[in-house]
Amino acid sequence: MSTQVTTTSVVDPEMLAACADATGTRAAAPVWFVMAGVALGILFLKSEVLTWYRIQEMFRFQAFHMYGVIASALGIATVGVQLIRRMRLSAWNGEAIFIPDKQTTPYGIRYWGGGTIFGLGWGLLGACPGPMFALLGAGITVMVVAIASAMAGTWLYGALQSRLPH
Amino acid sequence: MEFLLEPWPWYVAGPLIGLMVPLLLMLGGKPFGLSANLRHMCAAVAPGDLNFFRYDWRKEGGWNLLFALGILVGGFVASRWLLPEGYTVAIAESTRGDLQRLGLQDLSGLMPSELFTWTVLSTGRGLITLVLGGFLVGFGSRWAGGCTSGHAISGLATLQLPSLIAVAGFFAGGLLMTHVILPLIF
Repeated sequence: MSTQVTTTSVVDPEMLAACADATGTRAAAPVWFVMAGVALGILFLKSEVLTWYRIQEMFRFQAFHMYGVIASALGIATVGVQLIRRMRLSAWNGEAIFIPDKQTTPYGIRYWGGGTIFGLGWGLLGACPGPMFALLGAGITVMVVAIASAMAGTWLYGALQSRLPH
Repeated sequence: MEFLLEPWPWYVAGPLIGLMVPLLLMLGGKPFGLSANLRHMCAAVAPGDLNFFRYDWRKEGGWNLLFALGILVGGFVASRWLLPEGYTVAIAESTRGDLQRLGLQDLSGLMPSELFTWTVLSTGRGLITLVLGGFLVGFGSRWAGGCTSGHAISGLATLQLPSLIAVAGFFAGGLLMTHVILPLIF
């Protein structure tokens, strides 16, 4: 009980209420999402995928490590999704699980264009949007600059969205 | 306990990371994807006059922001209690040599101190890495509709062609940066 109090006290109570709303009355408590995140943050750090060094090593094809992490994560995720689909499992709150398809576009410009720009950033910063937060927690405080810049990039996309090809 | 302090091998950490996809689906039908948080954060602090940021970010993104908060806490916990003294990432010798040739002397710690400390923001190299790197990650992931978690893991796990194209783009961009642009700007 005491852990729940400390966890909820650091976040916006309105957000918690909205989170509970969005997932229905018998939805998983918000604290479960925080706990899943804690586990993932630990995994990002202990697998070293959040380090700039490992990303450089990956793009130079000098070790198998990153490929092993990504491939095995993808393998398990694929099996999990297939099980959910074939067994028609429903979510914890009893609702059907709906996995939306990514929108397909005529030439897929957003995917190769946006993907390439993301890759340029990934190769430079060495951290993607999950690890950024783990690094900040790990005491690399200057990551707030990267996060603020990433928000600026996201904002610019929002401003240009109607004019960009997708 | 010794095991916890050592780096975890890919065949332990990778499958556990992959479990996040079915876990989030089971917890409430949530798709694994972290870059959406950047959009939620914009919607929360600076929506401007833009349609893209005019939605109920608490309702749509509350769970994901809490997930990101957890990741931050996880990073703190692991760095505080699960790292040995004098930690250095055991990258390949060839990578070490390449990075030294790029001009990085200190390859200890989680991140190179010559790129990821406040003082290096005054150097061109540090500023470009953090500001331009972050900006491209934010812009690119939103244009592509996802990042490493949303496309490379979640999207490919649900067998989506757009995600395969996006991941090819991630690698094209990363290779271009690593092999062509980094040597020019470092």
